[in-house]
Amino acid sequence: MFDLSPDEWTAVALSLRIASVATLVSLPFGIAIAYVLARKRFWGKSLLDALIYLPLVLPPVVTGYLLLITLGRRAPVGAFLADHFGIVLSFRWTGAVVSCGVMAFPLLVRAIRLSIEAIDRRLEEAGMTLGADPFWTFVSITLPLTLPGIIAGMMLAFARALGEFGATITFVSNIPGETQTISAAIYTLTQVPGGDAAALHLVIVAVLISFAALFASEWLARRAAARLHGE
Amino acid sequence: MESDVLACEVHKTLDAFTLDVGFEAAGVTALFGPSGSGKTSLINMIAGLMTPDAGRIVLDGDMLFDAARRVNVKPWKRRIGTVFQEGRLFPHLSVKHNLDYGRWMSGLPADAKAFAHAVELLDIGHLIGRRPGKLSGGERQRIAVGRALLMKPRLLLLDEPLASLDAARKAEILPYLERLRDDAGVPMIYVSHDAGEVARIATHVVRLEDGRVAASGGVEVLKSS
Repeated sequence: MFDLSPDEWTAVALSLRIASVATLVSLPFGIAIAYVLARKRFWGKSLLDALIYLPLVLPPVVTGYLLLITLGRRAPVGAFLADHFGIVLSFRWTGAVVSCGVMAFPLLVRAIRLSIEAIDRRLEEAGMTLGADPFWTFVSITLPLTLPGIIAGMMLAFARALGEFGATITFVSNIPGETQTISAAIYTLTQVPGGDAAALHLVIVAVLISFAALFASEWLARRAAARLHGE
Repeated sequence: MESDVLACEVHKTLDAFTLDVGFEAAGVTALFGPSGSGKTSLINMIAGLMTPDAGRIVLDGDMLFDAARRVNVKPWKRRIGTVFQEGRLFPHLSVKHNLDYGRWMSGLPADAKAFAHAVELLDIGHLIGRRPGKLSGGERQRIAVGRALLMKPRLLLLDEPLASLDAARKAEILPYLERLRDDAGVPMIYVSHDAGEVARIATHVVRLEDGRVAASGGVEVLKSS
């Protein structure tokens, strides 16, 4: 169809890897937080709620800067992770996973939370009378009934992570092959003379990936809904 | 007369309503009374889904709840099969898996004979491979009864199992419930506000009014209401 240079391929592959890992790693946390917010009442709940949604309303650059001053190599948490676990996030692709994950987290949590809140809790009670303890009730009833929300949330999170720019470039910079995602590569190409053609290539790739993700999630969500309501 | 299976004496204040009930149950005992008389709250307390403020619930000599001794057995350990008014089948599981659910969760081994027997008793063989989504109300209730029965409960609670059905469907289900009573040998508590239904199913009747026992005894209790 059209040729991408090796550098462009690198940016595409890196974007896909970062967005996928960010989505998958944040999923268990997203389910746990969504469950807690949907079901539990505790002191400080509205604070937790606000904290989770903060990346949605803060300028991404601010979020990125906050990550830098907490998780950077010389920042308190960052230094601790580096010294004790050998985990360095700043200027690494794993740091991009963190910034993309943080930016996408509110969308993930929101979709799953709405899905959990829509569950008829009387079904869980029925499960308990049939011998299911809270753990098995969650695994065998709550989680399957949340599946449409989980799929929708993963799709939104993936798309958000793929498009993430401000927080990522602030936290881990724009290093080709390490932290330069599609968005960052397009930005760089538009800043150099004669970069228009290459930028357009990447724009087309970004559009294709987004559409593919959208169709895949629509298809999965329809199947999940059919399983819940149909024959 | 059989010996009592369940002894229940509970007190609970719910908003503007006070439930203060004591009764014994054996065979098929109907909790009979108008809506708002506390029948469903009572069922939820026996199933363990609602905690009484005071009192005790004893099943077969086992203390399920005793406020004074702070005993409150969790619902999933009570082995009390419950058939709810709205069926509450699991929409994401096939009919077969719905029927097997209680056995799995109660940690019982597969019992093909019991399964076949319940399927035959309730005439649900043709529904096994389907999902609950498109079943009729009567079919759903029969499967809900089968699901509760197959966990091999010590007691079966039926909370207005026919209330959501029209007259024709009720007439269709009642014979299955009568077969269940005559055949399964599981003690039952049958909740209803319909005297005709109760007269057909129950051997003992506890009549509730405004959260209190107004009368109890044989089916003659129905006439006095």
